[in-house]
Amino acid sequence: MNIPWLALLSLLLKGVAILAFFAVNAMFLIWLERKISAKIQNRLGPMVVGPHGALQLIADTVKLLLKENIVPAEADRLIWWLAPFFVAVPTVAAFLCIPFSQEWIVADLNVGILFICSITSLCVLGVFMAGWGSNNKYSLLGGMRSAAQIVSYEVPLLLSVLVVIMEAGTLSMQGIVHAQELGWFCLKPNVLLAFLIYMISATAEVNRVPFDIPEAESELVSGYHTEYSGMKFSMFFLAEYANLFIISAVAATLFLGGWLGPLRPSVFWFLIKVYGIISFLMWIRWTLPRVRMDQMMSFAWKVLTPLALINVLVTGWLLAGKG
Amino acid sequence: MDITTIIHSLQAKFPGIVVGASADQLIITKEVVKPVFEFLKNGPAAFTSLHSITAVDRKDTVEVVYHVHSFAHRVMLTVKVILGNDQLEVPSLTLLWGAADWLEREVFDLFGVRFEGHPDLRRILNPDSWTAHPLRKDFQMDGIVPRPVK
Amino acid sequence: MDFQELTINMGPQHPSTHGVLFLQLKLDGEVIVDCQPHIGYLHRSIEKIAESRSLVQFMPFTDRLDYIASMNNNLGFCLAAEKLLGITASPRAQYLRVIVAELNRVASHLLAIGTFAQDLGAYATPLFYALRDREKIIQIFDKICGQRLTYNYLRIGGVAGDLPAGADQLIKDFMAYQRRILPEYHDLLTGNVIFCARSKNIGVLPKETAINYGVTGPNLRASGVAWDLRKDEPYLVYDKFDFNVVTGANGDSWDRYDVRMREIEESLKIIEQALGGLPEGDPVAKVNKVFRLNGEAYMRTENPRGELGFYIVGDGGPLPYRLKVRSPSFANLSVLSAMIKGMNISDAVCVLGSLDIVMGEIDR
Repeated sequence: MNIPWLALLSLLLKGVAILAFFAVNAMFLIWLERKISAKIQNRLGPMVVGPHGALQLIADTVKLLLKENIVPAEADRLIWWLAPFFVAVPTVAAFLCIPFSQEWIVADLNVGILFICSITSLCVLGVFMAGWGSNNKYSLLGGMRSAAQIVSYEVPLLLSVLVVIMEAGTLSMQGIVHAQELGWFCLKPNVLLAFLIYMISATAEVNRVPFDIPEAESELVSGYHTEYSGMKFSMFFLAEYANLFIISAVAATLFLGGWLGPLRPSVFWFLIKVYGIISFLMWIRWTLPRVRMDQMMSFAWKVLTPLALINVLVTGWLLAGKG
Repeated sequence: MDITTIIHSLQAKFPGIVVGASADQLIITKEVVKPVFEFLKNGPAAFTSLHSITAVDRKDTVEVVYHVHSFAHRVMLTVKVILGNDQLEVPSLTLLWGAADWLEREVFDLFGVRFEGHPDLRRILNPDSWTAHPLRKDFQMDGIVPRPVK
Repeated sequence: MDFQELTINMGPQHPSTHGVLFLQLKLDGEVIVDCQPHIGYLHRSIEKIAESRSLVQFMPFTDRLDYIASMNNNLGFCLAAEKLLGITASPRAQYLRVIVAELNRVASHLLAIGTFAQDLGAYATPLFYALRDREKIIQIFDKICGQRLTYNYLRIGGVAGDLPAGADQLIKDFMAYQRRILPEYHDLLTGNVIFCARSKNIGVLPKETAINYGVTGPNLRASGVAWDLRKDEPYLVYDKFDFNVVTGANGDSWDRYDVRMREIEESLKIIEQALGGLPEGDPVAKVNKVFRLNGEAYMRTENPRGELGFYIVGDGGPLPYRLKVRSPSFANLSVLSAMIKGMNISDAVCVLGSLDIVMGEIDR
């Protein structure tokens, strides 16, 4: 049998690269978040380990790895053990279809955006499993809230993505980027509205302020991951930041032209756009208070979803008029 | 309406009320606690606010001290009820003032004065398992004595 | 189908119970059916301790009641003791007391606003702003009396020491700074859509309920009752100053926040006038250290959290026969379970935060 060793090796290398990026990027984002929040709050943030606390993330990782893994006595063991994987694995998998540049993409699936959307929505299972398995009332409330929230915001999120798909005429991530060579999609008013809806829904998807209701510290202590410690907690933590990267990367690809930019290398443009969006989300997080559960749900169903639906309709009408 | 007219009107209605050490202080018996406070709150003096309830252990008697306040006439009145040590019971004011709930629980907790008609007379500051009333003068420290200074 | 209520123990260790408060909540879904507060985790029996301390020795204990506003506690106790003993402080001491009490009120309100915003989920940013500004007041107090939290600065009959050189300039700088920085809070919170949606019409405390439960201070004024002891039963030299009693319209959580914001401005006005009219003289008390306590006295003062009352009974000896502390937070907390029934958890946290309690003076 002729085994394609080279292809296998390259696949393996790509997998390792993705995992390494997953971890390093999350650590960098944690450091960035701490620095940005410190700047907003008139503090310095981490300053001791390394220049400007740059090595703080390594110290934190070592600390998290060495922490004791505490299992609650009455926990539903299997569900409790599986939950962090259900959150982390889909997040890693979503990186497969992120186009960092013309060449840098692990798998340019012809249904790329569909793949990303569907696999990241698996996370809600993990979150609910964590809430259920911990046998903690705060965790349970957090898990329930999270499930309700993510399922609700999936609808306007996908509808806003649909607008881009209609404009681009393809589901492939690279195809969507190429479709923007004449001009970024966010320059069209209907797609700009979709961008807005996408950003709001995506913020809710990754449980960030003002939609951090599942984790609501002042109400639910820490929500679904209250009982987790050590490496299990860090998987939630890393996945949270990886998710942040993914929603920003999808936003950059779909609305801001992805890796397109005047000068090479294009990966540079891509990262600039992604980290710009991430910084914006962080700025929001450290400024706004949290909305209430019912306010958030009614906003999703009564405002965002109808708006997104009308937007899809208008886009279809515009495209039909053109074609 | 100043404090003396209020006291005069009260004395006209309830004979036997004695003015205490100062002019804004009354001493009443526990039989008239309910009607007196009802008159104070709903009557012309309008003492709408129950400011505090406390007690003083005089060894052979226990004084329950009420401070009521009237926003309308800007006066504060101190009302004392003197209880015999063998009969530490006084009618509850929870039906008149919501504030009485916790204040009476506190006095019960610290002095052991029972408030008749209180819906939920439990200890509030000390653990439920306690039996002593710490602010009584006969309270024994039960071995919890301060360490001698070396 | 069979429905069951979920009992949740919120506290004594919980991020938003402001100390060791234990709320036993019965939930239907996320709606609170019943709330049973349990207090006493911080009970030190300060009233019993008072019976074995002279009045001068008891002064440091008052710092530890409402540790956010120690100066105001010192003041309340001093005035009660002075009322019992018939002592009047010198004019300069009275002015100094007003200045430190109002500075501490500003510090306390800043912290209240910061923690309230924190409870609404504004991740630490307003709280850090508040702590940053409060730090300036703490540094002033540090210069005046050498302490940062438990000041023990006031004495029966006066204060511990005169203003040190440069302290009045510090206070003036702080006032200019605070007036400049207050709009920042308004930008961040007051007009914020989410902040208003979370706090407006949430936890409405009607005037009658507030009075019935003995609620005082900013919480009472937010319900629309214009009652401020500094204005209505003036003590010290408050009647010489021009300031307003701020009231709210609806008595909701937002009003309680807003009243505190505006009271900061009024306090700054008072400090400015007091500093401008500071009379010459010796503020340090020239009175005995041991007193014979006869009779009884009840004195209440306007603390940042409401009316703080001290009831001192003497029996002719040097030690108080009985000393009662009427703490404002105790009454303010007792209304909580009546307020939050039928709300969901998020709103209950908002109401608790807006009431601004300090467990140190509730448990005593």
